[in-house]
Amino acid sequence: MSEILRLDRLSRHFRGLQALREVSLGIRQGEVVGLIGPNGAGKTTLVNTVCGVTPANSGSVNYRGRDITAVKPYQAARLGLARTFQIVQPFGEFTALDNVAAAALFAQQGSSLKSAREQAFAHLAFVGLEAHAGQSAATLTLAMRKRLELAKTLAMKPKLLFLDEVNAGLNSAEVERATKLIHQMAANGMTIVMIEHLMKVVLNVCTRIIVLHNGQLIADGRPGDVMKNPAVVEAYLGQQYARRHAAHV
Amino acid sequence: MNRLHLALLLLIGCIAALPWFGGPYALRLGTTACLYATLALSWNVVGGFAGYPSFATAAFFGFGAYATGVLLTLGLPLSLSILLSLLAALLLAGLLGAVLLRLRGHYFAIASLSLVEVLRELVNNATDLTGGGMGLNIPLAAGSGILADAVFFFYAMWAVLLATALMVIGVSMSKLGFGLACIRQNETAAGMIGLNATLYKSLAFGLSACFVSAAGGLYAAWVHYIDPSDVFDILYSVKPIVMALMGGIGSPLGVACGALVYLGLEEVVWRHYIQIHSGVLGLLIVVLLLCLPHGLLSLRLGALWRRARHV
Amino acid sequence: MLTAQLLINALVLGCLYACIAIGFSLVWGVLNVINLIHGSFIVLGAYLAFGLYQWLAIPPWYAWVVAAPLFFIVGYGLQRLLLNRVITAPVLVTLTLTFGLDLILNNAMIYAFKADYRKLTLRPPLGSLSLFGVVVPVDRLIATGLALALTGVLYWLLRRSRVGRAIVAVRLDRDAAVLMGVNVKSIYATAFGLGAALAGCAGVLMALIFPISALTSSSYLGKAFVVCVLGGLGSVSGALAGGLLLALVEGIGSATIGPSHATTLSFALLIVFLIVRPQGLLGRKGFE
Repeated sequence: MSEILRLDRLSRHFRGLQALREVSLGIRQGEVVGLIGPNGAGKTTLVNTVCGVTPANSGSVNYRGRDITAVKPYQAARLGLARTFQIVQPFGEFTALDNVAAAALFAQQGSSLKSAREQAFAHLAFVGLEAHAGQSAATLTLAMRKRLELAKTLAMKPKLLFLDEVNAGLNSAEVERATKLIHQMAANGMTIVMIEHLMKVVLNVCTRIIVLHNGQLIADGRPGDVMKNPAVVEAYLGQQYARRHAAHV
Repeated sequence: MNRLHLALLLLIGCIAALPWFGGPYALRLGTTACLYATLALSWNVVGGFAGYPSFATAAFFGFGAYATGVLLTLGLPLSLSILLSLLAALLLAGLLGAVLLRLRGHYFAIASLSLVEVLRELVNNATDLTGGGMGLNIPLAAGSGILADAVFFFYAMWAVLLATALMVIGVSMSKLGFGLACIRQNETAAGMIGLNATLYKSLAFGLSACFVSAAGGLYAAWVHYIDPSDVFDILYSVKPIVMALMGGIGSPLGVACGALVYLGLEEVVWRHYIQIHSGVLGLLIVVLLLCLPHGLLSLRLGALWRRARHV
Repeated sequence: MLTAQLLINALVLGCLYACIAIGFSLVWGVLNVINLIHGSFIVLGAYLAFGLYQWLAIPPWYAWVVAAPLFFIVGYGLQRLLLNRVITAPVLVTLTLTFGLDLILNNAMIYAFKADYRKLTLRPPLGSLSLFGVVVPVDRLIATGLALALTGVLYWLLRRSRVGRAIVAVRLDRDAAVLMGVNVKSIYATAFGLGAALAGCAGVLMALIFPISALTSSSYLGKAFVVCVLGGLGSVSGALAGGLLLALVEGIGSATIGPSHATTLSFALLIVFLIVRPQGLLGRKGFE
């Protein structure tokens, strides 16, 4: 499997706060990677830096053989990098259909609004929102908006998808539904990196786990190994959880 | 092309019939109506579609007036002068837009307002070219006789209005219009789905300026004498906004109706309260903003308005 | 080029500019409202000073005692009754509203006082002071001193008084201030009233030096804009920094490329700052 993303000593600081410290890692095509760590560890900053939302201070980002360290967000999107937001950002006045159609229209070259809307309907059906296609995005519930966000990213036909806490604010039934969707996308060959706090979901879906703490990469490997890593237990999981988890494995 | 677009074109078509119904006064009023509607429709592209509160209309109006004026004094024919002013404004606004539209909210509003001041001062100081504070006399361009003159300018301004309306309708039906709507609602998200916001905003700014410039040029030829404080008047920036607010920001039909209603009110006020007419205008603005935040269109057309917005 | 005279002129003018801008900056920083009536308030204050001197022989340096409370009440009322209704509306609405109000006030002034320029000439005239080859007219000196006093009073107010701390709190984080028990509505009105009072007092000072006419209101407003963008919003130090920078640039510009380009230069500088450093020299990012 070829490498699709490589970060080389990526660093980013915000006026004295070092958000990312020389993070180096590689993502291979088809992987489903869980990105975990305590709050403020730099997970969202990592995604922001890769996608061009915030510029890196040093280091490089290499995507499918191309240096994309300095690209703008819209360029990253067109290259096949898609991401969801922790706090969902729909186009409130548009219908659900148009929200997804917008993503299909602008992320791909040379499509028309008409064909974008047709594609959009298919994506809405995938996430189970086809019944709400004509509804304005502002009237959807949070869970529906999260699925809408997912549909939008799919409409961009991405090669690499970043999911930033898709499950935040959802109840267990909604979480299960979202997890099933992610399983399906992974089965279809999508490379996914998911920032997640729900370990249940991470262990369910991910083939690999990366742990960030204070901007540094402290663990990177198979779920089983990472969970037993003392540094990870110390920084994030906690002894109680580690013991419970070890008992189940 | 939907119903509201057709209604807009119909309205413009009706205006074309004006010369059959009135004399010189009606023609003057009609020409001003076409001018106002052009300014309002143009502003709507950047203010209503893209959501950027531009106060730069006066800058491009004055630019067009002086560009055309100078070209006319150099001997070029009217149509060529206006076309060149239009193209120059398109280019200038496109370039300026790429820079200024990085600003949001208040900062953009002020920057666009400052543009008016800067251009006015530049024109004021370029005395050799523009006559500076003493103004510019523009040679007579059209045919003989006052009425023939008035009819000519009416139809010329009407043609500019028609062109503007067609541009606006074209934009709202196109990928550009869709993109501007995305930018208006959530610019960050728009970038994230692959939309080059800077490009789209520059285009919008350019389009909002070019017909304003053409109208300005035509205005200069019409009145035969312009000076900086006359054409670079902040009111040319504020009036289109008031018209748009009156009719309903975003909707081209609403904005055009707002322009006509505004002109009607202005004429009434001018005729009866000339000394305090700016005060009355101010009062109108205040009352409008406090009582009718969504414009006149929201009063009568209720459900239709909801669909009219940003169409 | 940087002669002592030029520097002193810039210093004096800079303080006056800061005084013009400080009320505007406060309102913009705290209420996020660009108060386009500001210029007209200044002119009105100047007319007040003129009238008080002309008919009651009260010199301008005492006129502020009348001006301050009067303008505060007007400002407070205006905000509470009118502006508060659109306080959450987009930029467009608040800007256009204050523009409309300014049209009313300006037109009223022209109607009442006519547009001719008046000059408050002090009897006996104060003359100029000459120190080490630098000449400063005494009226400017007094105005500068009062301007500094005014900004000092505001600074003290914001730092030490309860109301002042509440204003700063609202400026820094409105929602948090609400949670702390601050009556935001009343603070908004107070801040606006304060801004109006400062404008009125600035007008009183301007009457000492410049001719008075309703036609000048937009140039005062323009200066206030530029000072705020250059120096940063909502702070006294920002207004001073912005005022001094503007005066310095204008002074150097006047000496090198001629005084007629001064306004162009200041607005061009405004645009440059908006693009490069919108928060100004001393401001914080995030005041849209």
